[in-house]
Amino acid sequence: MNDSETLIRLTNAGIFKNKKWLVRDVDLEIKRGQIVTLIGPNGSGKTTTAKIALGLYKTISGRVERNTTKISYVPQKVSIDWTLPLRVADFMVLTQNLKVDDIDSALNLTGVQHLKDNNLRDLSGGEFQRVLLARAIAKKPELLVLDEPVQGVDFTGEVALYSLIKTISEDLNCGILLISHDLHVVMSATDYVVCLNGHVCCCGTPRDVAESNPYKQLFGEKSAKLLSIYEHNHDHIHSSDGNIIKEVE
Amino acid sequence: MLDDFIVRAIIAGIGIALVTGPLGCFVVWRRLSFFGDTLAHSALLGVLISITLDINVSLTIFVVASLVAILLLRLERTTNLAGDSLLGLISHSSLAIGLVILGFLSFIRFDVMGVLFGDILSVNSNDLLVIWIGGALILVVLSYIWKPLFASTVNYELAEAEGMKPERVNAIFTILLAALIAISIKMIGVLLITGLLIIPTAMARNLSDNPRQMVILSIIGGLLSVLIGLYASFEINTSSGPSIVVVALILFILSLMRIRKKNYE
Repeated sequence: MNDSETLIRLTNAGIFKNKKWLVRDVDLEIKRGQIVTLIGPNGSGKTTTAKIALGLYKTISGRVERNTTKISYVPQKVSIDWTLPLRVADFMVLTQNLKVDDIDSALNLTGVQHLKDNNLRDLSGGEFQRVLLARAIAKKPELLVLDEPVQGVDFTGEVALYSLIKTISEDLNCGILLISHDLHVVMSATDYVVCLNGHVCCCGTPRDVAESNPYKQLFGEKSAKLLSIYEHNHDHIHSSDGNIIKEVE
Repeated sequence: MLDDFIVRAIIAGIGIALVTGPLGCFVVWRRLSFFGDTLAHSALLGVLISITLDINVSLTIFVVASLVAILLLRLERTTNLAGDSLLGLISHSSLAIGLVILGFLSFIRFDVMGVLFGDILSVNSNDLLVIWIGGALILVVLSYIWKPLFASTVNYELAEAEGMKPERVNAIFTILLAALIAISIKMIGVLLITGLLIIPTAMARNLSDNPRQMVILSIIGGLLSVLIGLYASFEINTSSGPSIVVVALILFILSLMRIRKKNYE
């Protein structure tokens, strides 16, 4: 397996529902070790595109090639029914069998190991997101699909989790499809950006996209400047209580 | 007191409680109690068809309940009615059709009460075989699909994205539910089988903080309900089905006290 192996490729992918296109003509490719980020306004088809990639729709137009079955998914919204008592530890092994060590180290990475025996319903929004991310990385996937993975996480945590995502893609050499609204962080931690607005508006490296006109029209001139402010390397990761838990080269 | 039929009833009851525990948990988690009820109501129709055509009762109930399940899924896709309206429609129609057919079958001596509420005296050694072999099959299949079924119960899309094939396991689960109804109607009855599915599980929910514990407590609750219920049924001569469900209810009420205590501590 070489580094440039394509994990997933969407060709002209789209979905037509209730007499309108939810999203159309999306070309997208994710390779090993690559982070591809989808940005775009609300309703621009980011989640839909991710779901097309995951094969969650029965009828789509265009083509999706998947070259891996080791996929992990962090959905935008997960609600746990109150009729179901579920601890973090039970949730970690939902779709996979894991060793205790693997569970612990994944929870440790996202800074929520102390919540292992807590009930999922007792977690705060940010804690829950950290658990979702831990579950997704614990199985050491080849493709990781993250739909707004840090929503509700505090600011320091947000930066830490994004650099964790970056580390994961390097350590596991896995491809990551990331959906995010946090333009400032995204632009510095991603290899390839696809800007959606019902179709692919523009795409390319973060710098290319930030300088392109469609991007400026969608997000305004100011967001282009965000890139230069935040383009620096993070050298450490914080746990949820703010302590530095890992140095990153 | 240990007449033959009492021993048979107890063995049958234990067999059914072992299956209703785990299946009941999924019925509660997936909010399928009305769905289970609808399948159960179709069992009366199944019994009558089996008498009319002189074919095996359990098999007929199983086939009819499975057909009803398929019909429901069809209608859900093709009509604009909400799930609960469709369930009500099918549930009461099948019950009504069953009772109308019964009116035509006046030449047969038929114990309606027995089918509606369960008749423990009618459980013969052949039924025991059906209950235990059928029950064992249900549990084997359930344990085989446990992980994907559980994952798709927690989050359907997450399970599907990660290759758990939720659509297939959901269909298999529906068939297991139909099979449970087929083997337990004689004992518990059409109107009360959902009670045995739901109430011990509801009790278990009050006392547990993880899924495994809930399944185990649900089985224990079911076993206690069946054993105490049958004892009461023999001693004070009540119908077996209602007695079992009343015991389950008492256990549920006791479990509520445990919750209250937990909150005050």
